[in-house]
Amino acid sequence: MQWKQLLTSAVGKKFVMGFTGLFLVLFLIVHCSINFCIFVPDHGKTFLEVAHFMGFNWIMHILELGLFVGIFAHIIQGWALTLQNRNKRPVQYAVSRRNQNSTWYSRSMGLLGTLIFIFLLVHWANFWAPNRYHMITGGKELNLFERMKSLFSHGWLVIFYLAGLFSLFWHLLHGFQSAFRTFGLDSGKYIPLIRGIGTAYSILVPVIFALMPVSIYFGWVS
Amino acid sequence: MELDAKIPPGPLDQKWVTYKSNCRLVNPSNKRKLEVIVVGTGLAGASAAASLAELGYQVKAFCFQDSPRRAHSIAAQGGINAAKNYQNDGDSVYRLFYDTVKGGDYRSREANVYRLAETSSAIIDQCVAQGVPFAREYGGLLSNRSFGGVQVQRTFYAAGQTGQQLLLGAYSALERQVALGQVTMHSRHEMMDLVVIDGKARGIIARNLITGALERHFGHAVLLCSGGYGNVFYLSTNAMGSNVTAAWKAYRRGSWFANPCYTQIHPTCIPVSGDHQSKLTLMSESLRNDGRIWVPRKPGDTRSPNLIPDEERDYYLERRYPAFGNLVPRDVASRAAKERCDEGFGVGPTGQSVFLDFMDATARYGRAEAHQRQMDAPTEEQVLDLGRELIREKYGNLFDMYARITGENPYLTPMRIYPAVHYTMGGLWVDYELMTTVPGLFALGECNFSDHGANRLGASALMQGLADGYFVIPYTLGNYLAGEIGTKTVPVSDPAFTAGEKAVEDHLNRLMAIRGKYSVDHFHKALGKIMWDQCGMARNQKGLEQAISGIRALREEFWKEVRIPGNSRELNPELEKAGRVADFLELGELTCVDALHRRESCGGHFREEYQTIEGEALRDDAHFCYVGAWEWKESAEPILHRETLEFEVMHPTQRNYK
Amino acid sequence: MNFTLKVWRQKDSGDPGHFETYPVTGILEDMSFLEMFDVLNERLIVEGKDPVAFDHDCREGICGMCSMYINGRAHGPMKATTTCQLFMRHFRDGETIVVEPWRAAPFPVVRDLVVDRSAFDRIIEAGGFISVNTGNAVDANTIPVEKDRAEAAFAAAACIGCGACAAACINSSALLFVASKVAHLSMLPQGFAERRSRVVQMVAQMDREGFGSCSNTRACEAECPKEISYSNIAKLNLEYLRASLSPQGPVVQKK
Repeated sequence: MQWKQLLTSAVGKKFVMGFTGLFLVLFLIVHCSINFCIFVPDHGKTFLEVAHFMGFNWIMHILELGLFVGIFAHIIQGWALTLQNRNKRPVQYAVSRRNQNSTWYSRSMGLLGTLIFIFLLVHWANFWAPNRYHMITGGKELNLFERMKSLFSHGWLVIFYLAGLFSLFWHLLHGFQSAFRTFGLDSGKYIPLIRGIGTAYSILVPVIFALMPVSIYFGWVS
Repeated sequence: MELDAKIPPGPLDQKWVTYKSNCRLVNPSNKRKLEVIVVGTGLAGASAAASLAELGYQVKAFCFQDSPRRAHSIAAQGGINAAKNYQNDGDSVYRLFYDTVKGGDYRSREANVYRLAETSSAIIDQCVAQGVPFAREYGGLLSNRSFGGVQVQRTFYAAGQTGQQLLLGAYSALERQVALGQVTMHSRHEMMDLVVIDGKARGIIARNLITGALERHFGHAVLLCSGGYGNVFYLSTNAMGSNVTAAWKAYRRGSWFANPCYTQIHPTCIPVSGDHQSKLTLMSESLRNDGRIWVPRKPGDTRSPNLIPDEERDYYLERRYPAFGNLVPRDVASRAAKERCDEGFGVGPTGQSVFLDFMDATARYGRAEAHQRQMDAPTEEQVLDLGRELIREKYGNLFDMYARITGENPYLTPMRIYPAVHYTMGGLWVDYELMTTVPGLFALGECNFSDHGANRLGASALMQGLADGYFVIPYTLGNYLAGEIGTKTVPVSDPAFTAGEKAVEDHLNRLMAIRGKYSVDHFHKALGKIMWDQCGMARNQKGLEQAISGIRALREEFWKEVRIPGNSRELNPELEKAGRVADFLELGELTCVDALHRRESCGGHFREEYQTIEGEALRDDAHFCYVGAWEWKESAEPILHRETLEFEVMHPTQRNYK
Repeated sequence: MNFTLKVWRQKDSGDPGHFETYPVTGILEDMSFLEMFDVLNERLIVEGKDPVAFDHDCREGICGMCSMYINGRAHGPMKATTTCQLFMRHFRDGETIVVEPWRAAPFPVVRDLVVDRSAFDRIIEAGGFISVNTGNAVDANTIPVEKDRAEAAFAAAACIGCGACAAACINSSALLFVASKVAHLSMLPQGFAERRSRVVQMVAQMDREGFGSCSNTRACEAECPKEISYSNIAKLNLEYLRASLSPQGPVVQKK
């Protein structure tokens, strides 16, 4: 009992979820800030410069590796927990009024997470994978700004993105404060603070992300 | 036969000290070989089991609930007394002793009570060390409040859940010993009989309530910590499962039963609302610190209580007992309530209740709070709102409970209360060492008769249970077991165990075979009605004689007409109840017999023939200053034995709370 | 009042169990939920049928023995209320009421509505105590404890161990039960000495018993009849982290 229980006990598993979750929360801020650059009215110049910095920097590659480890740890542990927890009640209640004691999204983190994962797969296929392929074979990155413009001209894809971000909103709404609770910080006078920041974050980040496909679709970005 | 309580010689305040210094000890290697059975895991049982296990004895503990933490001590609300004198208000060991003997109407044993007062202080220390979260002041030190029959503040409390917190403390100590392998815990087990070999208690027959299997358990000594028998009245503040069975089986095996007629009727309970009622709920005595009890001056006044002006109210306790007011002892308060209701001044739909009013306290607290908050000229409503906040802080959980049960809001209208059976001072007779008349059989806590005389003061039950378990039995049991170190464990194949199990089996089969028309509850309710009507708050010769014949008839009918579904080899709550009610039907009779023989009034035993002109209890010290211990006889009348009560320090007088 | 009761009946732990429907009539508003069951059982006994087995004892909301899942809620629809303190005035006349036992792998059904909650005792055995033998204590006022701290410890210690938290939790997690004890003892100076071992051992035992992992849905807090705050879970998590990260490790108490 030196380190193991920190990751494997009922509480330890939550530390893994909370830690990777907060790491992803930080990543989303970075991702979101870069994307926000498309709103600089310089035909995507700033955006491309930042994207280039991110794509051709060995520190970023190491961080990217860490990011993938984090994402997959979060996903796999999340699924494992959902399945394990489900097995803890072999006979289900015939009548269950869970809506009266908890919110639906707090109970649906596994489902919301899975929806976000499906979204991520499409998102990677749209941007990250072709870009990396291009970089490895061609030595330079794609013009992601142009790619965005072409992809987000399809209405159905925009709707798909919005749906993915909607899942992200609910996931974050519970996940943000849940992570802080897992680390014992969501108590006493910190509760309103963390809840406030968490709610603001859960709204702002998906909205900023959503602005991109929407703005491009409606031609608000040049 | 005169009973010998084996009270140590010497001055009162030296008896326990002398005893502890001189009692025999058992060395650690011998303790490991000695097995002790503890029946019941309330305050007395859990504390005894844990303390004995800590000393190194092998303990087997039994409880009928699914966990030792659920014993009914958990429901005690108000607090626990201790002579700490933290308040500097004149308290002392002697004062606590004095109050307890006087409160018990001079029917308790001086030496036991003095020991109780002496150990009280260590109980608080022990509980705090275990993590019991008692109420505290801003300085971080322990807080106290007052209880009935007392003029100092010596009651320690944890909101309205003191019993719960103390029990969880003892339970955690017990569970720690379970983890260490020193205690084997048998929950959902009920003691069905005592096994006596060569005149000494050597074990029990227990029933596994899940499987119905009978089990034999050996012990070098057996401790009964099985609580009181208030449920003989059917409706009481006791838990549904509280029963006399363990004590009664011991009685039938030669352990004498003392003072069964001393039953405590608690003055502040939620009144009965109908025939369906299964139990009564206490409103803590601590409420009498701030609540004022009254009835309208006009009989049958049906106005809403808030509309009755002060001059038309009769604060009868303050009127009759100006010195103690609303904080008179329980027996006095209960009888006064009954007197008012019998005279037609009772309130509520049945006329069987009185008001417990917090309006004055609310206003008083509100004014103080407004002053503290530096509010200029607060309105009356503001004051009351502030007051209600403070009342909520002090008694919130009790008020909530009242609201839940009655559907009324006690912050706005006075509570309605009425006395209900709460505690039984009588129990197995024990000597100074808590040993019954069967060597090796001990009785602790409410199960014994020892410390409260004819009436128990509030917040003293918790004190007694823990004193017995933590601080008395570890010494006195050692003194007994020192003589048992040569006794080998008796194998449970011994004929005594076989015979014991057979007797239990026969008893259960007999019950199961009746297959009559009525449920167990039917008989229990009928018994309760007889007991409450004829042997309740007021008793008289005629009523008691009727009760005795009534109970005999009922018992006969029970053994012909009770219906128990299922079988005895499964979880069968009806069979459990039937066994308990069968014992209550015998105990009820003994209680009435005892009440009939005691031709005096004292404490919880009020004989209408013996009262002063003002209606106070009239003791007869010349003839009844003794403990009445009954010996069971198979198919014959029980035999009365007397232990004369000698008062070396106190001088029995008419109790005066005026 | 009249009701239709759909009650889970199960002969013993081996029986798969099923629902039975019982109409009950003549119920008064002032009856408690358990008193309604008394009425039903009385009738079943007279009719020669098996009464419904259910756990109950004090009937004043403190012993923690009663344990019914009523209409999809632990202890029924009322806030801060045990089944025994639930009164029929809170139900609609003519309503159908579904009553089930606690459902969680560590709470196997014993019979009908009775479940085995001994897992909770074993969790306490693992560390829910302060190791102080009788007679070891110093004077109670030697160590002052801040009033608010003592009150918070009391609020956590008010847990009655009924199991509603685990029964209502979507993950069958007993973390609120464990957290209430860990928080109670770790907030008091008397409990400091065993902080590191207590939390780790109790959580390990909770795992062994087969309870799930908390996902912070707060259903436990909403269903707790004693309104034990869910911030105690945050306290437990912090204790756990502190114990696990301490250079000395969590220190396992040897038995």
